[in-house]
Amino acid sequence: MKLSSIDNQLLEAVADLHGVPQGAFNIRKDGEGHRQSSANIEIVPKRDKPGIDIIVKPGTRNESVHIPVILTRSGLKDLVYNTFIIGEEADVTIVAGCGIHNPGNQDSQHDGIHEFIVKQGASLKYIEKHYGQGYGKGKKVLNPITIVTIEKGGYAEMEMVQIKGVDNTVRNTEAFIHENAGLKIVERLLTDGRQEAVSNVTINLIGADSSGQVLSRSVAQDESKQVFRALLVGKNRSTGHVECDAIIMGSAQIRSIPELTAESAEAMLTHEAAIGRIAGDQLIKLMTLGLDEQQAVDTILAGFLR
Amino acid sequence: MLTLRGVGLNLNGDNGDAKEILKNINLTFESGKLYAITGPNGGGKTSIAKVIMGIYQPTEGQIIFEGEDITNLSITERARRGLAYAFQQPPRFKGVYVDEVMRIANPDIDEMGIRSYLRDVGLCPEDYIGRDLGSSLSGGETKRLEVAQLLAKDAKITIFDEPEAGVDLWTIQKLISVIAGRHRGNDQKTAVIISHNEQFLPMCDEIILVADGEIQEQGPSAAIWPLIRDDIICDCRIRNQCGGGMIEAQQYR
Repeated sequence: MKLSSIDNQLLEAVADLHGVPQGAFNIRKDGEGHRQSSANIEIVPKRDKPGIDIIVKPGTRNESVHIPVILTRSGLKDLVYNTFIIGEEADVTIVAGCGIHNPGNQDSQHDGIHEFIVKQGASLKYIEKHYGQGYGKGKKVLNPITIVTIEKGGYAEMEMVQIKGVDNTVRNTEAFIHENAGLKIVERLLTDGRQEAVSNVTINLIGADSSGQVLSRSVAQDESKQVFRALLVGKNRSTGHVECDAIIMGSAQIRSIPELTAESAEAMLTHEAAIGRIAGDQLIKLMTLGLDEQQAVDTILAGFLR
Repeated sequence: MLTLRGVGLNLNGDNGDAKEILKNINLTFESGKLYAITGPNGGGKTSIAKVIMGIYQPTEGQIIFEGEDITNLSITERARRGLAYAFQQPPRFKGVYVDEVMRIANPDIDEMGIRSYLRDVGLCPEDYIGRDLGSSLSGGETKRLEVAQLLAKDAKITIFDEPEAGVDLWTIQKLISVIAGRHRGNDQKTAVIISHNEQFLPMCDEIILVADGEIQEQGPSAAIWPLIRDDIICDCRIRNQCGGGMIEAQQYR
């Protein structure tokens, strides 16, 4: 597979990749997939619609798979359905992400519909980064839908990051957590200019002793707008926590809506939310160490979104 | 090295009215010396430090550093010229790590250097070098890391604002030793320590007593410390809650 310099820029931004990776991977560029399976991780194209099935054999340990998507042409609308099946007692890392380079005046859009099934006792670390670049008037649009099922004793940690350059995003995530299973979602989001981002997260705590955690940190700059909704539904003896922390700058707008629903007296659910400017004493502190104001802001934001 | 000439500072109070915080402050800090600034709470000690560092802009007067009028320079410009300030209550940062902020303080520092400065303030490098300066640290740990950053910065003039506050008794002596060791007799460095601590004050070369926004006393530690010792320990002022006003319980002399 030949990669241009723009391809490499995008792959590095969204998946920390420098060229084609070792092991299992699926690099989808402008609607076409280039893939390789490994002994334990099989990547199979879907027959009825665009997308792939990623099937991790039971017991697979300490392996990773990269499945980045890159769009490099203006006006492209890409829709993909991916299904991830993590076999029993497996422990793997999946690095996804989507980078859009839009040099033209037509909108480029990638809609990813991802379904995760984490089988009994399995563990998954999922990292997804979204990034846009290019100075054409065309927007960079990303609309992921993520559906997660974690079976008995399973665990998943999902880190979903919007680095920069995405003009519009609507992210919908719904999870179903079974007995003694857990899910942690870490979302980090940066918007600037007139970008708009909406994220809706629902975690259904179905099984006894299930747990769910949503940690959101976001920064809204300029005239950008963000809406973050996180709903925990405790249907059984379970624990859940939502934490939304946002920095607002310029003329931006942020709505942060944590919601808890207990359908069991044994559900213990908590939330906290905060929106505020960068604290003045943080800026002053870094300036007393020799940074100028912009360097201080950049340092604080980089740490906050780390 | 650093001179304050007729510095005054007015700040708006809670009711919006201007309040006189500092009045006609005249001070000179020389190289190679340790200075203590002490006095009652709310007397103006920290305000002097913030005026020197550019955090507060003086209402009147001049600040001269190495012959240059720095009164109108920004915080950053003062920091880059060699002034440093260790906060009384250091802010916390989510996601900013100890080694990262130490490298901001001193971009030339290597990992060995960072470890050395952490040990100087009584912190085990293995436990702290990769720690987040966020909410997981106690007040005392944050304070010691603040001092470590300023030691790493190695500025020409370093102001430590109550370095002992929140720090355990065992570490205070260590901080005294390291601050004194790095500054005393070093003709390129000056330390200014804002403190109420009876261990810090006598070890300084000079003591400046500030109250009501004015310098009340200034001179060699050997002369000033005995005069104010009892008042420092007992606190110089007592609020007369029943009367609703403030009375002077004891004079300084």
